[in-house]
Order: sequence, then C-alpha cells, then structure tokens
Amino acid sequence: MNNLQQKAQQLLESGNYGLIVGYEKGTSGKARPVFIRKAEHASKLIFDESCDQNIAVYLYRQEIKHDKKKVIVANHHTLKSIVELAAENQVFDGDFMVLAFAGNGDIIELNTFEEIEKHVATLYHGLTEAEAAMMKKIEDMSLEDRWAFWENEFSKCIKCYACRASCPMCYCPTCTVEINQPQWISVPSHTLGNLEWHVMRAMHLAGRCVTCGQCGKACPLELPIQLLTYKVALDSKQFFDSVAGTSICADNALAIFKPEDHENFIR
Amino acid sequence: METNNTNNFEPKVVAFVCNWCTYAGADLTGTSRIKYATNVKIIRFPCTGRIDFMLLMKAFANGADGIIISGCHPNDCHYTSGNFHARRRWMIFRNLLDFIGMDVNRIVFSWVSAAEGAKWAEVVNESVDQFRQLGPATSYQKLIKNSEFQEVE
Repeated sequence: MNNLQQKAQQLLESGNYGLIVGYEKGTSGKARPVFIRKAEHASKLIFDESCDQNIAVYLYRQEIKHDKKKVIVANHHTLKSIVELAAENQVFDGDFMVLAFAGNGDIIELNTFEEIEKHVATLYHGLTEAEAAMMKKIEDMSLEDRWAFWENEFSKCIKCYACRASCPMCYCPTCTVEINQPQWISVPSHTLGNLEWHVMRAMHLAGRCVTCGQCGKACPLELPIQLLTYKVALDSKQFFDSVAGTSICADNALAIFKPEDHENFIR
Repeated sequence: METNNTNNFEPKVVAFVCNWCTYAGADLTGTSRIKYATNVKIIRFPCTGRIDFMLLMKAFANGADGIIISGCHPNDCHYTSGNFHARRRWMIFRNLLDFIGMDVNRIVFSWVSAAEGAKWAEVVNESVDQFRQLGPATSYQKLIKNSEFQEVE
C-alpha cells in the first residue's frame, strides 16, 4: 500500500470521513474516477500522470451531496476548479477535505478554502506549451481558413453534451440548451446549431474557465473545443486581468465592470 | 470568404438598440427629417445590458448580413451600469467570433445618445455601406441552408 492508500484507509476507518473521491486504474492505460466508502477498498486508489481528469465536477452532484464528510484527491485542475466553485458559492467551506500532492509526491491535507487558495497560488496558471501552440496555429490562420477549420470541426459534433457534463463550471440545473421556448439551440446536430452551442458554451464560461481542457478530453469526437474556452479565458486575463480559479472571493469577469475598461471598436 | 459580386446588393441589417438613448436618438433622427438607409430594422431593448449575445447569433441565423448594436454612452446608462456590463461582454464576444473565423466587421457597435439624431443617421449609413462592401453573408447562409435541409428531413 502506498501513502495515499494508507491515508485513505485511515481516514475512512477513523469514521470522520464517509467518502473518498479519487482515481482508480481504468482501461487502456487511463485512470477513471472512483468513489470509495469502505476502508477495505482504499487500495483501489492511484495517483499518477494518468490522473488528469478534473473531478471537481462530482463535488456538488446530488448523488454524493449528502454523504458524510468527503475527501477529494485533487490534481491541479481539480484544485483550481474547487477555488472557482468556492468563489461562485457552489461548494462550501468545511464540507470536504482535499488531498493534494507536493512536487516531491508528499500528500498535503487541505481543510479550508483558505488553505486551498494558498496552495493553488503556488501552481502554474496558464496554457501548456502544446496548448499555446495549438492556439497560435489557429490565430495565425487567415479568417477564411479559421472559418473553414471550425466549420469542419463543428460539422462533426453530435451534441452529446459531454463537454458540458465534464465541466465543473457547467452546474446550472437548467441549461439554455434545455430551454425550448424559445428554442435557443436547435435539437438536431447541424453545423449552424453546433456552432451556436459552442459559442454559447464558451461565452458562458468567460472569466470562469480554469483552462483544464476537460471538455476537449471528454469529447468523443476529439474536437478541439477546449480552445474556444481557452480563448475567452485568455481574453479575460488580457482585458480584465481576471484569472479564474485563483481567488475564493473574486467576482466573475463579466459580472463586474470598470468604467475605464478599454476597447477600440465602439464608435 | 465573401465576394463583393453584386452592385445592387442591399444588406439586411438588424439594429439592437436601448430604449433610453439610441431608440430616442433614432426618433430624433426621424423628427429632424434626416434621411438614412432603409435597410435597417430596429429592435428596441430596455438596455444594452439586455442584449444577449445569443440574440445576435439568432439574427445571423435568420439571414442578417450585418448587425448594429447601440446604446447609451458610458456613464449615461438609465440603469447606471448596463452599458458597462454590455461592453465587457462585447469585448469577449467579438474576439471569440473572430477566433472562429466570423468577420467581426459585420457587427457595428456604437454609443448614440438621445440627442444624437444626426450621429444615428451617420452610424446607419456608414454601417450599411460597410456591409454592402462585405457583400452577402454567404458563409453563414450556407450553414442556414444545410440546417433547413436537415430539420425538414
């Protein structure tokens, strides 16, 4: 048993914690989320590079909402999302404990939002080199090429909404997609409706996206839709100096304003 | 993407304006007997803060070639801050559209106060000229055609 599994076992045996949300070994070398309620199952837990899913999405789910005090094993994406969810009052201080990992692999216990916020401040915020290169590739295209690129990508979308389901920030009980009076987003998955859906999803994540890229990872068609939310996240930083997932008391970039906000396109 | 092929092309333009400034300004344009392009269909909103970006998407999806969005100047909002919120939204939205390859020149943003009847005529005329130069929104119309085909099936 490694440190994490021992720790998990102790926590469950102590009776103070009723559920551990973490990662277990999945198929094809991938990790998948696991929900552990019994101490003897603690040996299922793993934590390595394959654990890149953002599992903050489960924290506020109805199914585990009423479980006794929870523990979540968090990678850096999950940590940032927890901070952003805390800022939006979707998770509550003291409801759960976070097990994070230091650079040397040591387990860090984070009990309060303040501790989580402090720990998150030590993490890297921004795109990885590969992600930045993908953004640059698209931004360097001509307008026509960019349209052709996205038209092709959007035409493949089957509107399964896995991007929405996987995103910790997509927690609205009724999404605009489900509203049919008026029908904002068409039901069949044609390119026009798909484009509107992806524009809407990105806009609703403006100033809230922590650039974990989970939407793109969840997409069964492997569409690079995470780039759309990266775009709004980068713009929020550039225009409003707002980086989601850094502060537990920050206001949303689009919910506040400054009279001196500067643009150059309004006549 | 778009070709400037037709000389007699008249763009369909939708204007989303706020009730308190630009709509009153457009009224003044009329009562001042100033002529301006007839391509524009004005939709009145309580405030620019109410103009959801999805409404703009729907205008394009229903065949608009260009959109004008106009409201109170900063610090003049009837509801104090609606236009400031709207401005932040447009800054993000405009760049996102550019990122997916839509021509952002098809959306014109302006501040027109209730006293600026002449400016409204100017904004509309200049915008319509700009949209006429850009030609019909053919790339978007292609998507509309495809979507109709699919929904009928």
